[in-house]
Amino acid sequence: MFAIAMAAILVTMALALARARLGPTVFDRILALNMFGTKTVLLIAVIGFLTERPDFLDLALLYALMNFIGMVAVLRFSKYGHFADTEPEKKAE
Amino acid sequence: MSLTDVATQIIVILLLALLVGTATTIVRMRDLWAAVMLTGIFSFLGACWMLILDAPDVAFTEAAVGAGIATVLMLATLALTSREAKPPPEFPILPILVVFMAGAALVFGTFDMPHFGDPSAPAHTHVMSEYMNDTVPDVRQSAAHRDKTHDEHDDSQHSVAHHGVGVPNIITSVLASYRGYDTLGETVVIFTAGIGVLLLLRGRRERRDVEEDEG
Repeated sequence: MFAIAMAAILVTMALALARARLGPTVFDRILALNMFGTKTVLLIAVIGFLTERPDFLDLALLYALMNFIGMVAVLRFSKYGHFADTEPEKKAE
Repeated sequence: MSLTDVATQIIVILLLALLVGTATTIVRMRDLWAAVMLTGIFSFLGACWMLILDAPDVAFTEAAVGAGIATVLMLATLALTSREAKPPPEFPILPILVVFMAGAALVFGTFDMPHFGDPSAPAHTHVMSEYMNDTVPDVRQSAAHRDKTHDEHDDSQHSVAHHGVGVPNIITSVLASYRGYDTLGETVVIFTAGIGVLLLLRGRRERRDVEEDEG
């Protein structure tokens, strides 16, 4: 059963990869990357149960947190174009 | 157990196939933003593969650095340069030759390496047995100690205090205790590099602001 879940996750990974490859807009690709991170979390969880080491679940949680932070960084960057402070009107005074 | 092994092997093969597909896509991609996203995907796939190979710490570093920080740094670079790669003028014979030579040299180098899990490998023959003897009985004794907490004359508590470092995970004990100064040095190097990069980026930004004010 875990093997079937694994196969489904791998297929979804391939689909996300196809979207990242084809995606016409920037946001298709960001979404594909985010989805790929989520699928990585799921894959790690399923690997943990498949190989009977459920303590991999902690790692999966860490991956989820890191994926979230990385995605916030990428989105913020794609909006502002830099990581410095985002209020240029304050500097003008 | 063998069924699980077969399933794991199939997963590894599929993951490697996805890795190859991602790599060829990155090479053929001209849109650099998409290439950066695909490098993030490549890192996630590599992290999955390393995790199956029982290296969760390396896998986590790969995901944090490759998919997290490297993606952001690449995007920061893209903001300073162009977002499209120029197509190569002609078929790049020389670079392909160089890459193939380097790859062949690396593969040739692996022939000298011991097999995976070989007990006579150099990594297992020098200090490793000492670490194992110091750490693994430590865990067993503390577990045994936990089991028979009501025994009054228990020598294991004494030996727990003397042997080992009190860290249940052997990799953690090697990294954080036996090679603690080594790890401290690595951390200092990475921390210094991070401070340097931050200072460089911030200095550049303030200088641009000063130029804008003057202009």
